[in-house]
Amino acid sequence: MPNKTFFWFFLPTGLAMILFIGLPIISTGIQSFYAQHDQVVKEVKKCDPFGCTVSIVVDQEATSILRDEKPLGKFNGFGTYVDRNHLAIEQISDFWKETDSFGEFINQVTNLPFYKALLFTLTYCLFVTPNVLLLGFIIALSLNAISRKIRGPLIFGTILPMIVTPLVGSLVLFWMIDAEGIIGANLQLMMEDPYLSLKSSRTLTWITIIIYGIWHHSPFAFVVFYAALQTVPQEPVEAAIIDGASRYQRIRHIVLPHIYPVVTFVALISLMDNFRVFEPIIGFSAEGSAQSLSWLIYDNLVNEEVILFGSAAATSMMTIIGIAILLAPVLIRTWKEFRTAR
Amino acid sequence: MRKILITLLFALFGTTANADGHCSKPSGSINILANDFPALRTFVETAKGCKGSADFKVTHSSEHNKIAVPALTANPSEFSARIAANSSIVPLMNQDLIRPMDDLVKKYGKGIQDSQLITIDGKVMAVAFMANTQHLYYREDVLKELGIPVPKTYEEVVAASEKIRASGKMQHPYAAAYKAGWNLAEEFVNMFIGHGGEFFKAGTAEPNINNAKGVATLNMLKKLASLSNPDYLTHDSEAIKVEWESGKVALMTLWASRSGTLLDDEGDAKITAATKLTGPATVGGGNIPAATLWWDGFTLAKNRSDSDAEATFIALAHAASNKKMVADAADQAVWLVEGFVPGPKSIGVIEAVKMGAKPYPMLPQMGLMHGALGSEIVEFLQGKESAEQALKDVEAAYISKAKEQGFL
Repeated sequence: MPNKTFFWFFLPTGLAMILFIGLPIISTGIQSFYAQHDQVVKEVKKCDPFGCTVSIVVDQEATSILRDEKPLGKFNGFGTYVDRNHLAIEQISDFWKETDSFGEFINQVTNLPFYKALLFTLTYCLFVTPNVLLLGFIIALSLNAISRKIRGPLIFGTILPMIVTPLVGSLVLFWMIDAEGIIGANLQLMMEDPYLSLKSSRTLTWITIIIYGIWHHSPFAFVVFYAALQTVPQEPVEAAIIDGASRYQRIRHIVLPHIYPVVTFVALISLMDNFRVFEPIIGFSAEGSAQSLSWLIYDNLVNEEVILFGSAAATSMMTIIGIAILLAPVLIRTWKEFRTAR
Repeated sequence: MRKILITLLFALFGTTANADGHCSKPSGSINILANDFPALRTFVETAKGCKGSADFKVTHSSEHNKIAVPALTANPSEFSARIAANSSIVPLMNQDLIRPMDDLVKKYGKGIQDSQLITIDGKVMAVAFMANTQHLYYREDVLKELGIPVPKTYEEVVAASEKIRASGKMQHPYAAAYKAGWNLAEEFVNMFIGHGGEFFKAGTAEPNINNAKGVATLNMLKKLASLSNPDYLTHDSEAIKVEWESGKVALMTLWASRSGTLLDDEGDAKITAATKLTGPATVGGGNIPAATLWWDGFTLAKNRSDSDAEATFIALAHAASNKKMVADAADQAVWLVEGFVPGPKSIGVIEAVKMGAKPYPMLPQMGLMHGALGSEIVEFLQGKESAEQALKDVEAAYISKAKEQGFL
């Protein structure tokens, strides 16, 4: 396609992307460098049905003057990025000096909200992504091998986890693993421990969410792999069979190389999705044991009565950077392949 | 002041001629944002009875806190009124989103009692119509059978729960809304106030919880948690209500406004009959209850035309002074409206007031403290860190947020 045609072809999409993705990201970036003005408070008398007290309120007149002058707030530079609720540079260097052993240092660091969330997010990515690829591939191969007559209903059944809304899916599982639920209660019986709770133990909560993640995302990998398997040419496969290649050898040396670009694509999408893990935490009410970067943003925006725009913006920017870092190896590789292909 | 409220709660002296409240048939547009529980639905329905020719809309949502600030910041605001409480009025005040209503009270608020007015710096910012608190519920049959007296302190709650567990009747005899986040933080606030704690150093926004009172608070919460369903960190008010109704709990701390649904005809009649209410418990030898008093009242949006505000006020004031409503819905809430006769379901709030419970602190920076508590004390309850470390974390998390918000 000539460049000019491509340009006109791409223009509408490009404009929409700038308008709905580019500009919001820039605005978020700017927001992350600002904090609220210093609050001007005054002492006033407050009365309610339970009595009167002298207490403080925000002085609206003084505040509105400040706000009109600088509507964005107080310039804070990277202040929000390095504070205790984000990168916590100062705290980490203190821990380094104060702690005696490396293990204790790590403990202290992962006790900070940002690193706690990062640890969970990365663990989730590292366990879910490969398993999704593997499981999706195995299901695609198995379904590809069975009789066409029953393939339709089976495919539908397989992609069901993806059709179910993530929140609904996690809520269903949430009630099943409750100490009074079918899985939770049976586990207690089997383990003979009435205090066993999947939801109160951090490790078990993490495992539950990871298993849920694999269950929910595998169908996506399966669908793409299944489509790719339909394009595998039959001649080399038949030739391999005649040569006496085993099923494993055929998959390893013919099928896999053929669908390799698709694997990269699924890995990319899967990594991006998993890095933004959010719904299962809400669905499982797992805030106590598992927090992800996306959850931190949500928490800053809605869980407090005061909305922390600066914090939320800073975490958003770091999430974007995090995704870029994670994807870098795959992107570089794809780019190199693209260059050699030309 | 307490005397005034008690008289207000018990009194029957009202003899206003207009028993249905006043209604001056407003016109314009009325749009209300409110939390979702039966008493508020009744209140808004009553207000609708006085809508005149006005266009009347209402949004009941348990997610009201998340909508309120953005919706009222818009100009014109999406809602003309917001039903708020002690804590949720604070963000509205901080952002200057609600208007004073002295003129309207003078003009249309005849039936509203002075004690219903929430005044800040001499201006009426809200009109309260019901009171709420968290207090103890107990199973009379279970306590009687084991010869346990009704607990008055949290130490007695612990002892009673241990006895019930030892008897083998119930594995997890205690319940409270310990869901990580807002609910858990609210339990901390209650217990900390019960210990006589102050959240901030006097006159400043500096945190003041990392001390002996804070540690005692956390230890009590952990003791109670160990007597609860092991999934307590995921259980909110609704979940523990379900636990209670399934007969697996004998002692519970829950909102007074939920008593109506516990004592209705639905569910196991035996459990309902044995469900009894009592005042909130004290803790650590203190004499004020480990509970906070709450009011629910209406506020008017600032970014809305004066005529809409007037129409909204007329309709809501009609409900906030409506004797028929408080008589018909006497068991739905503890109404602060004149003519209310407290029934058996109001015991909790009345006891709390009598015992001198404190209201939830209405400070501009309290929301940040509440948020920090909700996430940072979880690891202590899970046994992953010490009480001192947890409190240190809360203070550190709070300080960062307060700095970003300009309070420190």
